[in-house]
Amino acid sequence: MHEHREQPQGSEPTQEFLTFTLGHEEYAIDILRVQEIRGYDQVTAIANSPAFIKGVINLRGAIVPIVDLRIKFNLATVTYDPFTVVIILNVMKRIVGVVVDSVSDVIALAHAAIKPAPEFGSSFNTEYLMGLATIEERMLILVDIERLMSSGEMALLNEASEQ
Amino acid sequence: MSFGMSQFLGVFFEEAEEHLAALEHLLLTLDVEQPDAEALNGIFRAAHSIKGSSGMFGFDDLTAVTHVLETLLDKVRCGQIGVQAQMIDVLLESRDVLAQLLAAHKAERPDPEIPVQATVARLQALIDQQGGARAVVPEDDSFGFFDDAPGAPAATATATAVAPVEQAWGLFADEPAVAPTPTADSAFGFFDDAPGAPSTALAEQAYGLFPDAPGAPLANAPVHDRRSTDKRAAPAGTPTESESSSIRVSVERIDSLINQVGELVITQAMLAQLSAVLDPAEHERIYQALSQLEHNTRELQEAVMSIRMLPISFVFNRFPRLVRDACGKLGKQVELVLRGEHTELDKGVIEKLTDPLTHIVRNSIDHGIELPAERLAAGKPAMGTVRMSAFHQGGRIVVEISDDGKGLARERILAKAKEQGMPVSDEMPDSEVWQLIFMPGFSTAEAVTDLSGRGVGMDVVRRNITSIGGRIDISSVAGQGTHIAIRLPLTLAILDGMIVEVGRVHYVVPLTYIVESLQLKAEHIYSMSGSSSAVISVRNEYLPLLSLHRLLNLPGEPPAAVGSIVLILEAEGNTFALQVDELVGQQQVVIKSLEQNFRRVEGITGATIMGDGSVALILDVDALPRLAGQGAPSHA
Repeated sequence: MHEHREQPQGSEPTQEFLTFTLGHEEYAIDILRVQEIRGYDQVTAIANSPAFIKGVINLRGAIVPIVDLRIKFNLATVTYDPFTVVIILNVMKRIVGVVVDSVSDVIALAHAAIKPAPEFGSSFNTEYLMGLATIEERMLILVDIERLMSSGEMALLNEASEQ
Repeated sequence: MSFGMSQFLGVFFEEAEEHLAALEHLLLTLDVEQPDAEALNGIFRAAHSIKGSSGMFGFDDLTAVTHVLETLLDKVRCGQIGVQAQMIDVLLESRDVLAQLLAAHKAERPDPEIPVQATVARLQALIDQQGGARAVVPEDDSFGFFDDAPGAPAATATATAVAPVEQAWGLFADEPAVAPTPTADSAFGFFDDAPGAPSTALAEQAYGLFPDAPGAPLANAPVHDRRSTDKRAAPAGTPTESESSSIRVSVERIDSLINQVGELVITQAMLAQLSAVLDPAEHERIYQALSQLEHNTRELQEAVMSIRMLPISFVFNRFPRLVRDACGKLGKQVELVLRGEHTELDKGVIEKLTDPLTHIVRNSIDHGIELPAERLAAGKPAMGTVRMSAFHQGGRIVVEISDDGKGLARERILAKAKEQGMPVSDEMPDSEVWQLIFMPGFSTAEAVTDLSGRGVGMDVVRRNITSIGGRIDISSVAGQGTHIAIRLPLTLAILDGMIVEVGRVHYVVPLTYIVESLQLKAEHIYSMSGSSSAVISVRNEYLPLLSLHRLLNLPGEPPAAVGSIVLILEAEGNTFALQVDELVGQQQVVIKSLEQNFRRVEGITGATIMGDGSVALILDVDALPRLAGQGAPSHA
């Protein structure tokens, strides 16, 4: 895996991504949006919220909502154990935690390596995709996490509160 | 404001507002017959300070007014002009114009409607009246900063106060001149000597910052390095009394400090909880250290909280003026008595208190206090009294406003309520009748006046007060007056809460809403049309019973009502019972915003962090009855 962190040949601009898995698909998000990665703690449930909003946690004094992307995208197995991972994101000047199946790696991708995403059967609406990339024969789905988290269907913002 | 001046603008506005407040206070307290020399000096200093710094920022309209003001005040101070009551009026009006100008500059929206010229003319008239036509400018405090710089043309001040001259008032001479006020008499600009400046004839004195800027780019070059000196020069010249004993700190910094101390308190509580399992005999020293830590953190918290505290005089001080103006307009005589101005309140509370108090006092004068003749006929002194007092009571602040006017008109309120279709009866107790005036759109004023009576009043007042965790109570006796008491929390950052448990989760109910708590017995409960809505009877009052379990849509069946704990809550005039699983205890909690990283949640006002580090949600008691109304169909 480590060879991917090296700059590709030439002076092409590259961007670093954090990759994680949700079900059988592998996703990548801009690393600059990631604040930290932590285990899944006790959350305080919020009444009358969609099921994928697990609740809020105390992150060093800040009240941070936790979204379970596995529930959001209807993945069959949703368990919470000591290995459950929460990615704490910094998007829209807010702090949001997302629960994923597992975090894999940090990779650098040249802009040229990112191909536009066709309309396909991903869990994500294409609107939230930055494109696709291939790493060792595996397909990576690049997600515009800021756009996804600020979308109405995530119900994280006041504008979306009417659902 | 380019050139990095903008960072000083905020300070300028704050200081100018303080000076204006001081000016007003001194004017109102000034004894016209025997003016106190120190007070006159204070008034002069306030005007002078504003002039000095407004000139620096190129706010020429401000400078123009303050300049004449200063000239007048200087003469008064030196005894060349005597103080008269009419002069105080003009001075107060000038203060208002200055406040308007300041506000316009702050909003960066110049308002040509502001009567700058008229004000200047009126002030000038006062000077001319008594002091002779020539206003001599106190030249020692040259507010043009560099008119003595090498190469300066001898443009300084030939003091022709009345001469309407063509000056460049804008920042740059080619800008359309903003409100040319024809009274200036000396160089207000900083750089009238800048290289390339046109030789300054008396007729076109340099008022702008850079009168020579257009077509003379070289003028900009020396400007930069000079500015660095004049920035410092200005504050140095302004006499600020408490300069050495206070510092100006932004609210954000204080809030972040408060936040961090809040964290410390939580950590300390966690440590206390963790150490509870240790044997006190074996770990005596740990216990000692922990109790010391607790002591220290409490003290630290109190000290930090006190930084945000301001004396309530910040609000009270505006009322002498308000009362004076209102009396003048309405032909009434009112004495305002202020008590407990030094009572301290959180800055946030103070800010939100201003409008409700203003409204209440206006109401008192407009509707409460009668005209002098009417008062005399009723056997009362012609001079009415409005009392405002503030004091501590049981960890809260009470602000009371009372008048000795005619009191609330019970009959009229009831009639009006009936007219609006409110459920009222003639037998209602007074206390309930008074509550009606807090209903939206309720005004019993016979005529809409300039001051009050548009019906957008008391409901907003109450909403403002409850939004800061306060309560408002009103009592009134016909012919004797009205008494309004506002109970406020000391601070917005901390809330006294009752921790309740529902479905193993802790929630916080603000203590202010809780009337009592009790355990339901079978004879209390009356079931109504199905199991989801019930009514309980407590001391002959029927109250709706809401289940927190249901309101929050928690999974599972809510526990039976019989034998359960209910809180009797009062919110926005509704009284209802809220069934919870358990009462955990009473605790002060630090309020955290839920919206900072998340969104508004119906029924929840915020969150807090408990001793064990977990998050507990604070219930929005006002919204619960509404929530129950929405939720009902889904349970039917």
